Amino acid sequence: MRTSDPTPNPGAHALRIVIVGHVDHGKSTLVGRLLHDTGSLPDGKFEQIQAVCQRRGMPFEWAFLMDALQAERDQNITIDVSQIWFRSATRSYVIIDAPGHKEFLKNMVTGAADADAALLLIAANEGVQEQSKRHAYLLSMLGVDQVIVLINKMDLVDFSESVYQQIEEEYRDFLGKLGIQPLRFIPIAAREGLNLVEPLNGVAKWYSGPTLMRALDRLPPPAAEADGPLRFAVQDVYRFDERRIVAGRIESGTLRVGDYIVFSPNNKSSSVASIERWNAPIKDSASAGESIGVTLTDPIFVERGHIGSHDTKTPIETNRFRARLFWMGDRPLSIGRRYKVKLLSQEVECQLVSVDRVIDATSLDTFSGLRLSVVKNEVAEVTIQARSPLVMDNHERVATSGRFVIVDHQDVAGGGIIFGGTYVHREPVQSTNIFWSEGTIDHRIRTERNGHRGMVVWLTGLSGSGKSTLAHALETNLFSRHMQVYVLDGDNIRHGLNSNLGFSPQDRVENIRRVAEVAKLMADAGLIVITSFISPYRLDRTRAREVILGADVEFIEAYIATPLHVCEQRDPKKLYKRARSGEIKDFTGIDAPYEVPENPEITIYTDRESVKESVGRLLDFLIPRLQLDVAEYEI
Amino acid sequence: MESRFAHLDALESQSIYILREAYRKFKRLAMLWSIGKDSSVMLWLLRKAFFGHIPVPCVHVDTSYKIPEMIAFRDRLAKEWGINLIVGQNREALERGETFPNGRITRVECCSLLKKDALQAIIEEKDYQAVIVGIRRDEEGTRAKERYFSPRDKNFEWNFKDQPPELWDQFKTDFDPGTHIRIHPLLHWTEVNVWEYIDRERIEVVDLYFARDGMRYRSLGCAPCTKPIKSSARTVPEIIEELRHTKISERSTRAQDQEAEDAFERLRASGYM
Repeated sequence: MRTSDPTPNPGAHALRIVIVGHVDHGKSTLVGRLLHDTGSLPDGKFEQIQAVCQRRGMPFEWAFLMDALQAERDQNITIDVSQIWFRSATRSYVIIDAPGHKEFLKNMVTGAADADAALLLIAANEGVQEQSKRHAYLLSMLGVDQVIVLINKMDLVDFSESVYQQIEEEYRDFLGKLGIQPLRFIPIAAREGLNLVEPLNGVAKWYSGPTLMRALDRLPPPAAEADGPLRFAVQDVYRFDERRIVAGRIESGTLRVGDYIVFSPNNKSSSVASIERWNAPIKDSASAGESIGVTLTDPIFVERGHIGSHDTKTPIETNRFRARLFWMGDRPLSIGRRYKVKLLSQEVECQLVSVDRVIDATSLDTFSGLRLSVVKNEVAEVTIQARSPLVMDNHERVATSGRFVIVDHQDVAGGGIIFGGTYVHREPVQSTNIFWSEGTIDHRIRTERNGHRGMVVWLTGLSGSGKSTLAHALETNLFSRHMQVYVLDGDNIRHGLNSNLGFSPQDRVENIRRVAEVAKLMADAGLIVITSFISPYRLDRTRAREVILGADVEFIEAYIATPLHVCEQRDPKKLYKRARSGEIKDFTGIDAPYEVPENPEITIYTDRESVKESVGRLLDFLIPRLQLDVAEYEI
Repeated sequence: MESRFAHLDALESQSIYILREAYRKFKRLAMLWSIGKDSSVMLWLLRKAFFGHIPVPCVHVDTSYKIPEMIAFRDRLAKEWGINLIVGQNREALERGETFPNGRITRVECCSLLKKDALQAIIEEKDYQAVIVGIRRDEEGTRAKERYFSPRDKNFEWNFKDQPPELWDQFKTDFDPGTHIRIHPLLHWTEVNVWEYIDRERIEVVDLYFARDGMRYRSLGCAPCTKPIKSSARTVPEIIEELRHTKISERSTRAQDQEAEDAFERLRASGYM
């Protein structure tokens, strides 16, 4: 459709402008009119649209210039995003016309995701509507922060200054909450071509700002991320000839010949021997946006999905991350289902761990109640667990490596930006077969990889109080969240490690001492250890606590406070019966004492709540404590 | 100071990125070689992406009505650049004489038989999963709505009402067996960009683009349905200069586009490139 030169200034990028807003607020009309008024329409196009409209027995429709599909013209709506080139006196533009209907949100996102700036359109006669807000919210997530607000159809409100100001005030307030500072508000009447290229000419004397075209021409060109930390995303490794070329794109920063590069996630490193390009001027550096190849001085293993960085500014590497996400899929994003996350050239299977907050994009209200899924067109803060470590950045630090999409079955169904991740300095690995230098694995690194801390959850209570049932229900739940979890109980301790111990007071003390030491080691190795022992003596539990806290591992004492008579009634192993009959000696609660915990972290009443409720209460208590503490791990 | 061609570097890098994604994702991949200027640029970009190599076969759909210089150019370049050339043709239709130049069918029907059906046949015969096609968004309204990775169903139909989202250069690359993918690495280029790049890189194109006796071809197709335009542009810089001032659309010389309001949309929806 475009015919004239898109680059009046040779060498200048065409600025990409997305036009968004509520349905029928005049987006396609604005584009059509803008093309016409800047003389960008090919010869005969205006007449062609005129003829089409006559044939359809309707008044002239500017929107037909963009709405090329028959279905779009028949229904008079924009279905899919369209891109069109035009120019002003000083620069060229790509206009991205995005659909306003809620059902075509994925097309709007497609258009807006790579825009340099946005025009947000609001019809003066209708004011701020649902999609006016939703689109603004998505723009802020997509990282489009240059926004001009156009208040359109001013002719329908007689160019009323008060209507204009009221809308501006309301919308500015909303955008402010999103952290968007609009560059300016401009009153226009797109259908009449008022204040687009030609000024208002007296119909609204109260407006003294620029026309839309002048405002566009003042927008700065997009800034490249050449100064950010280096992120070189490997797409492939080629051996077409004697060279082994690692091919990919610089997503951020600058790479130079001779640089020492760490490739995550396996942290092999090498110096860059050469930067390879075909039939291009020789240059010993490459910056953000460039698709290049490199050869390395050392023969290290590198493959698609590896991310190269300088060893002083490595990215985050983790299985678990938090993100703000928008969902476009017809099927909801649900806990328990398998998805694929795509982040730069990485693709890893993943699951939704939790929906931490759902955000109403139009009211900005948040709901943090229990949710198991995110449905179409919702925005939410979520925690995602990947099957193997992903290399990433917080979006605010490096935008390109701080965003990802979620693939449901085969379709890209959601997109998100990462926040709250922790940077852990990793020692680069020399090009030997040693993965990690000795002694560099501390529990910070384990924590980072697991996505949760190691911890000991110490269940204590009478025989038959429900410790074992709860321990295994809790284990199942945490395991399904992709956490590393293990239950220590009589079954796996008494029969092996402690097979030489009986139930005498001394043996009970030794039993608990060994359990505490094993739990400490396992938690230090990064696991969540749930111990399920009667552990009747206060002193023993205190010692266990000291041993475990001494290794910088959190100790949670959970008292399963089921009364003796309930336990005795349950008597699942008929032990109480045998103790009462004297067949078993030193049985806790019958002829041996149980010392009730004085300050347990949490108390569970299995006689008053179901297993599900008990596990729910344990999870509510544990989950926040398992999560990474940013401050603690930030370097 | 940005160089005169900095914008071409950005266009080139994006296309290389897409070609490498395509090459990685589809083992049975081919390029559709129309012999036009866009195809020449695409071949060049393949060599850029793969460091001098063209690791995919190049399919030319020969309607038998192409301008003879185009075939001569194709065969010479294939030899010089070591291109694995695959030629597809709807021989049955040609033998039956069922063509527009024979006056038996309309232009659009002819395109459908000799180009679309021939392409479909060669893709099925060679079992290509994906084909690289050099269309651009600025060419025409329905192409303006295209994706970089654009699926076609088993009947080659384009479901333009429900296209996959594309954001942050994450493309849809998982498909049901039988789905066929069109990959469009030049989607974000304009006609002038193509010529600027040809100028900068000194890429060879068919002579038909350059004015002889006051006429030149702006878009190349079959001889009976493609008309030259009035032009005095005899060099690439002269073509760039001419395009900067023209207000006539690129495909206006392609007669099949002009037959009905939605002629091209219907052709494309049924599998035309």
